[in-house]
Amino acid sequence: MTGFLARQGFSRAQGIAFVLMVVLIAVAPFQLYPVFLMKVLCFALFACAFNLLIGYVGLLSFGHAAYFGFGSYVAAWTAKNWGLSAEVAILLGGLTGAGLGTAFGWLAIRRLGIYFSMITLALAQMAYFFALQAPFTGGEDGIQQVPRAPLFGTISMQSDLHTYWLVAGVFILFFLLIHRVVHSPFGQVLKAIRENEPRAISLGYRVDSYKLTAFILSCFVAGIAGGTKSLVFGIATLTDVNFQMSGEVVLMTLLGGLGTIFGPVMGALIVTGMEQYFAQLGAWVTVMQGVIFVACVLLFRRGIVGEIGAKLKIIL
Amino acid sequence: MFMILGYPAPLMFGQLLLGLINGAFYALLSLGLAIIFGMLRIINFAHGALFMLGAFVAWGMLQYGGIGYWPALIVAPIIVGAFGVFLERTMIRHLYKLDHLYGLLLTFGLAEIIEGLARNQFGSSGMPYAIPAALQGAVNLGFMFLPIYRGWVVIAAVVVCLVTWIAIERTSLGATLRAATENAPLVQAFGVNVPRLITLTYGAGVALAAFGGVLAAPIYSVNPNMGSNFIIVVFAVVVIGGMGSILGSIVTGFGLGVVEGLTKVFYPQASATVIFVVMVIVLLARPAGLFGKAT
Repeated sequence: MTGFLARQGFSRAQGIAFVLMVVLIAVAPFQLYPVFLMKVLCFALFACAFNLLIGYVGLLSFGHAAYFGFGSYVAAWTAKNWGLSAEVAILLGGLTGAGLGTAFGWLAIRRLGIYFSMITLALAQMAYFFALQAPFTGGEDGIQQVPRAPLFGTISMQSDLHTYWLVAGVFILFFLLIHRVVHSPFGQVLKAIRENEPRAISLGYRVDSYKLTAFILSCFVAGIAGGTKSLVFGIATLTDVNFQMSGEVVLMTLLGGLGTIFGPVMGALIVTGMEQYFAQLGAWVTVMQGVIFVACVLLFRRGIVGEIGAKLKIIL
Repeated sequence: MFMILGYPAPLMFGQLLLGLINGAFYALLSLGLAIIFGMLRIINFAHGALFMLGAFVAWGMLQYGGIGYWPALIVAPIIVGAFGVFLERTMIRHLYKLDHLYGLLLTFGLAEIIEGLARNQFGSSGMPYAIPAALQGAVNLGFMFLPIYRGWVVIAAVVVCLVTWIAIERTSLGATLRAATENAPLVQAFGVNVPRLITLTYGAGVALAAFGGVLAAPIYSVNPNMGSNFIIVVFAVVVIGGMGSILGSIVTGFGLGVVEGLTKVFYPQASATVIFVVMVIVLLARPAGLFGKAT
């Protein structure tokens, strides 16, 4: 086990934290409502995908809802109309995210810094209007009553607990994938670009293709997360592609800790929990989210996990 | 009824006017964003929320104080501008030494707070704000009926944009501002209080947004979402125009409003996305933006 984790690039502390997280994921459905936990895991994966860009390449994409949302639409549509099995529908969702990410990323990396964020936001808004008008998304109604397709065409997903194990499996698989990417030579180049882009260029790295590859990968995982979510809840709607969703994933990652491995997961748990349990407060949730944004930026920019890591002098 | 390119002329001119009105708001907002970005190097995500706040202040002045449109047009931007000064003094100024992204994140949070509070207080449906008596009615221009208020919005926005442009390009205060944008430490060494200049710049940019909000109040209903509907389009406008040039952002704002209006005539389905499509084309052909310098 330790050998396996070390090969994936986990330090000792990270390995312990990872095992702890897996144990928590395994026991949680017996203590908490599984459907809520599945929502948390889907958003955690989405936030991890987003963190790959902001945390390790320094690119703030303010339009990640587009890839999440279209992943969710395509998985829902194919599962419903073609009767695909769960894993194929989710994978198609991921590929949709990657395809859209290829086009949008290729455009957005032409500009740096703050412009990159504005372009991704504007492109995502274009995708939103497309989703609003295109016939296959169902407009304001979205795609409803998506069946919970059986896994591999045989394993029934009717019980929440079965579906939970699928979602947990998808989450851990892609969590490890992202971690592996970040701790590969490719990931080291990404960090070099984040730290000093001109120097990375002068060292001969083709910075743009590195950025674009990371962007596509992030969009792929975002699409996977969206596809998984639509199958869990049997619905894909405009909420998933709306720019509020883009803001939420930024919030999750910022609150948990930019550039930490476990931060996005922690952030997704808190933000989703807040929405779940304070839902009756209506627009106050928006106000609270705004306050958290402001507090994170002004008071603890390392986020919760980042601050814990700094206290314990470890990198989580 | 005469036709233009196979479309009835009144329809054409009507949409052209609507386009100009939207363009007026794009210009006011992107101008404020450009001024703020020039000095503070942050993108003010709260710009849409402060635009909305301007409309709400005007509405509140009428509702609770009986103060009408004309005083509100001056007072509301001052109040919102002062609020902007407060935001800059207490929060935004702590971010200047950090990555610019944090400015975007902070102002995004501020926008959520302002819009969330407004939604709590007033709901999402919106309140009407009457057109001032002097500007009611319409004039017949021969080829179309022009509602006077709409004409006024376009003229007022053009005048305010030009005054801002002259203030920045032709006055000594503007010269100081431009110098500080280029090289703040040097200007500070000449004895200019640069931090105060930055604060006032933010206040002025925000006041422009609030002025737009008051102008918009009688046209759209005063509602908490009126700013967020605009802000993302304005970001696209800013990417298209580039933030290097004041006049550039004014021209781009009006121009894209007209493009959007004409799209409503020729291909209505695309009217919501046409500005983003233009952005994509500009990014492909001229990545720095129409008026931008390569960075």
